[in-house]
Amino acid sequence: MPTFQLKINGESHTIEAEGDTPLLWVLRDQIDLVGTKYGCGIGQCGACTVHVDGEATRSCLQPVSQLAGKAITTIEGLSEYGTHPVQEAWKDVDVPQCGYCQSGQIMTASAFLNENANPSKSEIRDAMHGNICRCASYNSIEKAVEVAASKLS
Amino acid sequence: MQTSKTIKFSRRSFLQTSSLASGGMLIGFNLFTACKADIKPPEDLSLLNYNDFNAFIKISNEGKVTIFSPNPEIGQGVKTSMPMLIAEELDVAWKDVHVVQGALDAKNYTRQVAGGSQSLRHGWLPLRQTGATARQMLINAAAAQWGILPSECSTKEGIISNANGDTLGYGDVVIAAAALPVPEDAKLKDPKTFSIIGKDISNVDIDEIVTGKSLFGLDYKQEGMQYVSVLRPPAFGQVLVSYDDTATKAIAGVNDVIKFGNKIAVLANNTWTAMKGKKALIAEWNQETKAESTVFHDETLLGLLDSKSFETLRKDGDVKKAFADADQVLERTYETPFLPHNCMEPMNFFANVTTNKIELVGPIQTPAWTSSRVAELLGRPESEITLQMTRMGGGFGRRLYGDFALEAAEVSHLAKSPVKVVFSREDDMTDGIYRPAIKYRIAASIKDGKLTGYHLKEAAINGNMYGLIPNFFPAGAIENYQVDVANYKSNITTGAWRAPYTNVLASAEQSFFDELSELMGVDRIQLHLDLLQKVKGTTDDRIQYSPERLEGVIKMAVDKSGWGKSAEGVYQGFAVYYCHNTHVAEVADIVMDNGIPVVKKVTCVVDCGVVVNPLGAKNQVVGGVIDGIGHSMYGELTFKDGKPESNNYNTYQLIRMGQTPQVDVHFVESDLAPTGLGEPTLPPVGGAVANAIYAATGKRLTKQPYMKNLNIEALKG
Ligand code: FES
Ligand code: FES
Repeated sequence: MPTFQLKINGESHTIEAEGDTPLLWVLRDQIDLVGTKYGCGIGQCGACTVHVDGEATRSCLQPVSQLAGKAITTIEGLSEYGTHPVQEAWKDVDVPQCGYCQSGQIMTASAFLNENANPSKSEIRDAMHGNICRCASYNSIEKAVEVAASKLS
Repeated sequence: MQTSKTIKFSRRSFLQTSSLASGGMLIGFNLFTACKADIKPPEDLSLLNYNDFNAFIKISNEGKVTIFSPNPEIGQGVKTSMPMLIAEELDVAWKDVHVVQGALDAKNYTRQVAGGSQSLRHGWLPLRQTGATARQMLINAAAAQWGILPSECSTKEGIISNANGDTLGYGDVVIAAAALPVPEDAKLKDPKTFSIIGKDISNVDIDEIVTGKSLFGLDYKQEGMQYVSVLRPPAFGQVLVSYDDTATKAIAGVNDVIKFGNKIAVLANNTWTAMKGKKALIAEWNQETKAESTVFHDETLLGLLDSKSFETLRKDGDVKKAFADADQVLERTYETPFLPHNCMEPMNFFANVTTNKIELVGPIQTPAWTSSRVAELLGRPESEITLQMTRMGGGFGRRLYGDFALEAAEVSHLAKSPVKVVFSREDDMTDGIYRPAIKYRIAASIKDGKLTGYHLKEAAINGNMYGLIPNFFPAGAIENYQVDVANYKSNITTGAWRAPYTNVLASAEQSFFDELSELMGVDRIQLHLDLLQKVKGTTDDRIQYSPERLEGVIKMAVDKSGWGKSAEGVYQGFAVYYCHNTHVAEVADIVMDNGIPVVKKVTCVVDCGVVVNPLGAKNQVVGGVIDGIGHSMYGELTFKDGKPESNNYNTYQLIRMGQTPQVDVHFVESDLAPTGLGEPTLPPVGGAVANAIYAATGKRLTKQPYMKNLNIEALKG
């Protein structure tokens, strides 16, 4: 089986996998980073969102073979102690219901705020539109992104 | 309501104590049954046994409190709110309380359904009694040490004090308290003095969730575990004839292919390989029973509504006569499709079946039932089974049915290996236990300007309405009233879906009342208030709702929503409903954007008794409202040739942020026992939205999903 070098949360990993294996399953099944979630496998729900070179990326659509030399950040690596402003905002607002979608929401929000630290309401709604929350915690997510933005600015 | 009240336990042994070898006191308690007299909690935390006690409280020598409960979180906040009740009466600071979810040896677990919206209602008094009794034991120990009467002691946030100004921390007296007899009377707090109940408390798992810790069933793994993807019949009514697994077995990482029953399991080193292996299977199926379609369901249900094959669930007066004598009759048919649950975490379960032990781990709401079914399936004694519930990535009813756990157990048994069965999203959506397609026909008779008769007929795939629902509003308010049900037995599996049995009914009835009030020329709010007036003081003890509480939420919703005073271009729709013991009124505000109705705001007023955790409660209410809007506007699973026509989020629309309104939540102040919150705000909102769309467009929507059945082109004008 082919091997790949991946840089995840600042650490180097040598992964043995078929080249078409999505990053999502490598993270979850092979390196025990289970914070990145499986929701649909086809890029529609955002539960699997990670950062690849700082950009919000659907890990279910990223074959492991195409990630050489890229810096991958997962929810586990977003901050050392869970104190990234977006994580703090999520705690302040008490966003999660079942919680399953929330790492994806946080990863989408943090990449977005990195690009646009002072977003309007409609920019927030657009940015978060790709992440489904089946528990419909959308009002809280919207508010938490605003809170995070105010922490960042 | 009760102010400070003394509870006498006829069965003093609902709670037992022991001293922990590692220090501190351990209290084991049973919520709904007495403890066995001869069983004490263990002296070692690794030996907690939830067959003997529902849950345990540890009070350490430092006065820190740990609550061990096997009840997991499903998204309804009960893992936070139930411990709040104990902590309140125990009188400790919330920051000193830690909640740990224990593993469950399920066979005697008395709370059969875990984490449901009724948990808080059932736990309200017993959990407070538990906390109060534990507090009394600590006081008794302190009083004995001081040589005074317990009544001369008071507590505050884990500190016991007396009139001399002496103080003892709970931790200082735990050893002595553990040896004392369990007091038979412990005083509950006066709700006015609550310091935890009624405060905003964050989800107890929040830190783990925002840092991506392993919490959910899908995250669980064990050494040597194989990942399993299962090929199930692609259409309802099919059976497996033959299969070819050559291509599957050629995939590196696929370890085994096992046929079991009507299904084929692919076992692999990781999830992706298992899923790939499943896709490579070639199987032949035979359609043994009818391949049904949505067209067929529609015809069948409409045919049933026209037929005489009904069962009558409630009959007051004589609707037939009322209709014969009427000046006017309004009759409408409301239609709604199948819905999948679409829990964000797809179904999954871990099983390790060995010669003398069966270990089950995963997200399940019915641990006891599931364990007994696994025992039966494998012909093994239940005593060999342990079942650990994990946090659940949504439930909405789907995780009541342990089909996925049974699959895991059977595959593990056949493979002689620990396995985890993982549904792909496609499996999850197409191998569902769906909210059935339902059609209602509602008719009302008007005579001399008065509502004289009401006849509700339901036709549902596999049946829907049951139990007490025929006694919900407007039962009791209309002299001639009848509820009839009919069903078609389908091979498509159906079951409970969030706010089961009323999630469509409320929308239908509340749309109907909107139209009815218009026909009668009366204000729709006034129509409800007048009807409720008739129910006040009723002697009919079947009536489930409180007319006073419904009136309360209606009036508050009118006030808070600015009903009738909306801005230019904003259209309002009203709905009110009672279910899951909770009374709710909602007003939807919509605007039209180039022919498309956009829900901007929903005002939601809830009477759920005491609001234990306002922060969590608000999340529940908002979630229910938005979920209800999403499913009534977009949700639909259609069938063709026995197969669901959607299988993932590219072909099935769930509501997303851009489509969500702001939900403005108001709770009615109350000191009555708390009632359900996860469900009751969902059913009426479809009605509020339909009524608002009518106000905006003049179109009455009777068929869900609304966006599909609204002729947007015509509305663009
Ligand atoms: S799992 Fe990747 S977008 Fe849904
Ligand atoms: S919190 Fe449950 S899916 Fe978002």
